[in-house]
This record gives sequence, structure tokens and C-alpha cells, in this order.
Amino acid sequence: MKIRNYWNLRDYGANIWENAGRPVRVAIVLVSIVLVGLLPFTGGSFLATPIASFDAVLVYPVGMFVLMSLGLNIVVGKSGMLDLGYVAFFAIGAYTMAILGTTTKLNTWEIMPIGIAFAMIAGVLLGIPTLRLRGDYLAIVTLGFGEIVRLVVLNSTWSKGPNGIANIPMPPHIGPLKFELENQRVFFWVVMAMILLTIWMIRRLSVRRPGRAWEAIRQDEDAAELMGVPTLKYKIWSFTLGAAVGGAAGVLYASKNLYIAPEMFTLNVSILILACVVFGGIGNIWGVVIGATVLGYLPDRIRFISDARLLVFGLVLVIVMNFRPDGLLPRKKREKAIVKREANA
Amino acid sequence: MFAVLIDQFWSLTIAGIALGFIYVLVSLGYTMVYGVLRMINFANSEIFMWGTFGTIVTSRDIFGYTQTSAPATGPKLALVLLSQLLISMAVAGVTAIFVEYVAYRRLRAKGTNRLATLISAIGISIVLSELMRLLTDSRPVGSPRVLEKIILGEVWGANLRLDTIITIFAAALIYFLLERFVKLSRMGKAIRAVSMNEDAAKLMGVNLNRVITTTFLVGGLATGAAGFFYITVFEYTKFNIGFTMGMAAFTAAVLGGIGNIRGAFYGGLFLGLLEVYASAVLGTQWKAVTVFIVLVLVLLFKPNGLFGEAVQTTRA
Repeated sequence: MKIRNYWNLRDYGANIWENAGRPVRVAIVLVSIVLVGLLPFTGGSFLATPIASFDAVLVYPVGMFVLMSLGLNIVVGKSGMLDLGYVAFFAIGAYTMAILGTTTKLNTWEIMPIGIAFAMIAGVLLGIPTLRLRGDYLAIVTLGFGEIVRLVVLNSTWSKGPNGIANIPMPPHIGPLKFELENQRVFFWVVMAMILLTIWMIRRLSVRRPGRAWEAIRQDEDAAELMGVPTLKYKIWSFTLGAAVGGAAGVLYASKNLYIAPEMFTLNVSILILACVVFGGIGNIWGVVIGATVLGYLPDRIRFISDARLLVFGLVLVIVMNFRPDGLLPRKKREKAIVKREANA
Repeated sequence: MFAVLIDQFWSLTIAGIALGFIYVLVSLGYTMVYGVLRMINFANSEIFMWGTFGTIVTSRDIFGYTQTSAPATGPKLALVLLSQLLISMAVAGVTAIFVEYVAYRRLRAKGTNRLATLISAIGISIVLSELMRLLTDSRPVGSPRVLEKIILGEVWGANLRLDTIITIFAAALIYFLLERFVKLSRMGKAIRAVSMNEDAAKLMGVNLNRVITTTFLVGGLATGAAGFFYITVFEYTKFNIGFTMGMAAFTAAVLGGIGNIRGAFYGGLFLGLLEVYASAVLGTQWKAVTVFIVLVLVLLFKPNGLFGEAVQTTRA
């Protein structure tokens, strides 16, 4: 079937993808990966961000936002649970890295699984009692959890309280690739690899039992329960996987930033990440990637209006939500396009 | 550890009740909107913040008080306080209607998902707080002392300070008036009808948009009044003051059972007292943690809040 409205890039792109054979698909994926991987070399172009260096902006906020949004998307987009405390898992990962990195001889890659494990344990511990709640109640409890983690870190001695932890070690080299402060393109490639891994994991899970269970829970939890889906189990799974991604992002962030403090893990981060997910198109991986890229990049790009940039950010959120309430790349329309194609086949 | 609590029990209790009444008024802004829309009025914290600035601007710019000028007395005092209260309420009320028009109305007409509305509300609250940050250069703003904090008397070793007493009685009065409004007036009846069943209310000829705007207005008025009392007691505000207040007031609303006006009353008072006692026992830095832990426990064992309706099963 031919899609006539070529101006509709989303459906047009989806159409090409659906009709392509395996070699074409592999080629498209490889070319896009290489193109994105080359981004740090485009620093001198119109993309460049004033004040902050472009490759640093690509790592944080852009790359980290994409990674965390993908993690949060498992919770909010796939299984439809509103989580306003996602920053807690990011903070747990970052503090694991900071404390283990400064007190033991372990390096970043050895701490990574430990950080992920801690975040996942926190996810299970929070999930078991609270995931019986739904909707706004779940939102407020997770929000409270995020604040509790921040306050505990702020008021404890092992975390050095408000002073934060400094001198966190950088990751060791991977072969010839060195991690440097001035030139962060290796960090960008690592974040990219983590993003690809996450996307791969989500896509695999989506078409299998957990993905179908999440979809059922999101559409109607009671019906899913009646049909024999162990809803609590899969909700905890979804929560824990989201936490794992957040924890991994936290470990890398601490190792990149070399210094962390409680003020980096406020509710604002959770809200910003949620905004990325909803802004881009909730539930749709590519929508989330685009949303996080735009919202991570925009405040730095418009730094020339320095002081008012958050004001503009807020306005953009209001305007986009008013005119595209399903986000930039909504899930529904894409599903519709596929259904239409199948009907016509 | 508990010595402080036992020593100063009554003065803590009075401070807790005053704080509790401020929470009651702010949580009305959450609970009323939730009752009608089944949505969190995310920008309510910023509406509160604008209300506090309304109070300060009135005394500083309209009546010309400065940090060093003498406190007002007699009829002048009543005039200044009353206009501060009314202007704060007006500022907050107008802000609330603005929020409803910009962030909620269009999305509601489209009948879109709740998350989009939430993000648009988050957007408008960023706009409101950033606007104030730019206007005040990110600086805290102190309030000129209009009301001298006279100690009226002593009850069981606790000082009765004038500002605390005014806050308790005036806030209770405003709460009472709003509750009567919702209970007795025709508009209040419409509000309750919409919160029970939106479609049925529409079929009975209730003008939905007008009800929703009125709900935002009433919530905004209560929140603005809270802003005035907050300034009278604490005499200080800043562009980001709304966050902590909003969190606490929302917790209070959930504690009492969100969507329920009486629930906001008990939830607010309970939370105010709890916060004051907890900071006396554990130290002020842990009070927010205690509040959240109690909230989680309440939600787990009495998920509808203390006086709530069954909204536990509504979907995000």
C-alpha cells in the first residue's frame, strides 16, 4: 500500500521500515548508529551549544536523559504506572559509584553491576508494598520515595551530607579509547552503547510474555488480573527493570562528573525525565528518544537567552502538550499505521 | 529525645495547629480540583507562591511599609491586614483561573490522556516559578513587619502569639465559609454533582466549564489566603517556596482522602501537628521523611485516606 501524504514523515518512515527486507533494515540501523556516533565531531556547526562544550552536552544532559527516559518508559509507557520518584534510582547508582569508587580499588565497570543491583533491590523493596496502589496514589508515594532518598543522603554522614563526594575516579581505558575531561566523546559512545543495549532489551521484552503482560496491565489492570496475568509480579518486574537502567545511568554519571552532591537528585530531575517521556510520545521508543534529545538539548542550545531558558522550556512544554497531547511521535498513530497496512495486505 | 516534646508540648501544639491551618487552605486547592477533574492541580504550589508575593507587595508597595518602619496599630492595622488578605486571594485566584485556561481547558476539550495534562500543568508551574525568579533576581524577599508579634498570654506554659492566633481563627473562618459555599450554594451543589458523576451532571444542565473554572477559583482563593497567613507567621518568601508547601499540602490532601473537603481539614491539621512534633523529636532535617513514611503507611493500610472516597482504582 502506498502512503500518499509524504509530508507525514513518521508514517512515511514507518512504511519504508515495514516494507524493507532484512539487509535493508540492517543497513539502515548501521548507518544511523554511525551517524549518531559521529555527532561529537560536529561541534563546530550550527548544532554547537554556547558556553557548555558540545560533546559534554551530548553526554549529559542529552545521552543520560535518553537513557533514563528509556528506563522510565518501561514503567510509565509500557505498564502505565506513574512514577515520580525515578531520580531515586539514579541517585542510588551514583552514590554506589561514589562511595565504592573512593573507598575501594574497584573501577567503574566493576561497580556498574553492583550499582545496578542496588537500584534493583531498591526497586523491589519499594515495589512490593506500593505497587498495589494505582494512579495518582502511586505517583505521590514514588515522589515521596525520591525525596526520602535525597533527604537520607543529605542528612547522613556516610554520604558526606550536603558537601557531596568528590574525587570519584574516571573509568579506566577501553583498549585505545581514553576517558578525558576535556574531550568526552568516549563517554558519549559508552552512553550510546548503553542506550542501544536498553533499546534492544525493551524490544525483546515487548514481544514476549512480560511485554504482553505490561500491555495488558496498562490497558486494563482488572481485566488482566482476571485473565490470569500475575499483575503484581509483572509490575514489580517492570519497576525493577526501570530501576536497573536508572542505576546504570547513575553509576556512569558519577564517574563522568567526578563529583556528586544531593542537590543533583531533586524532584526536578524526575519531572524532567517524565516530561521527556510524555513529550516525545509515551510508550514509543523512538518518540522517547527524540523527546529526551530535544528536552536535554534545548535548554543548552538556547543559553543565549540564558536566564529565561527555563521559562521558555516551560512554555514549550505547555504549547507542545496543547497541540500534540500524545507527544511528538505518538504510539497510537504508529500502531494504527501498521494495522492499516495489515488490513490492506 | 522526647524531653523537648514533653517540655514544650503546648507551644508545639499551637504552632502545629497554625501550620496545620495553612496546610488545610493550600490542600483545598488540590482537593477541590481533584474532586472535579480527578487530576492533580500541579501548579497549585506556584499559585501559593504568587499569593505570598501578593501579600508582600501590598504592604511594601501599596502601603509603603519598609523593613524598618514601625508596625501598624489600630484601624490602620486592620485595614492593611484585610487588604493584604484580599489582594493575595485575588492574585492567587486570578493565577488559578489562568492556569486552568492555559494548561487544562484545551486538553480537556480534546479528551486526551491524563499524563499530557499533567505535563502541561508541570509546564505552566515552571513558567510561573521562573517568571517570579526573573522578577526577583532569584533573591529571597522579606516582608515588612506590619503586625507586631505581641504575646497575648500564656496557656500551660505556651505563649499565645498574636500572629499565630490570628492565623488559626481567620483560617478556620475562611475554611468554614468555603465549606458552607460548597455545601449550600447552587454553584457548590453543581461542583459536588460534577465530582460525583460528570456525565450525569452535564445531562442535568450543569455548565461544566463554568463549574471547573469556579473550582479552580475557589481553590486559588483558599491557597492565596494561605499565602497571606504564611507571610504573617514566617515573614519571608522566595520564588521556589511553593515546592515544599505544595508537597506537604498535597500529602495532607491525600492523608485526609483527596477530593474530600472535610478530609483536607483533618489531613492538614494532622500533618501540621505531626510535622512540628516530629521535628521536635528527630530534628527538623528529618521531618519530611517522617511525613512521607506516615503517608506511605496510611496509603498501605487505609488507601482511601482517612476520610476519602475510593479513588484507589482510578487509572493514571
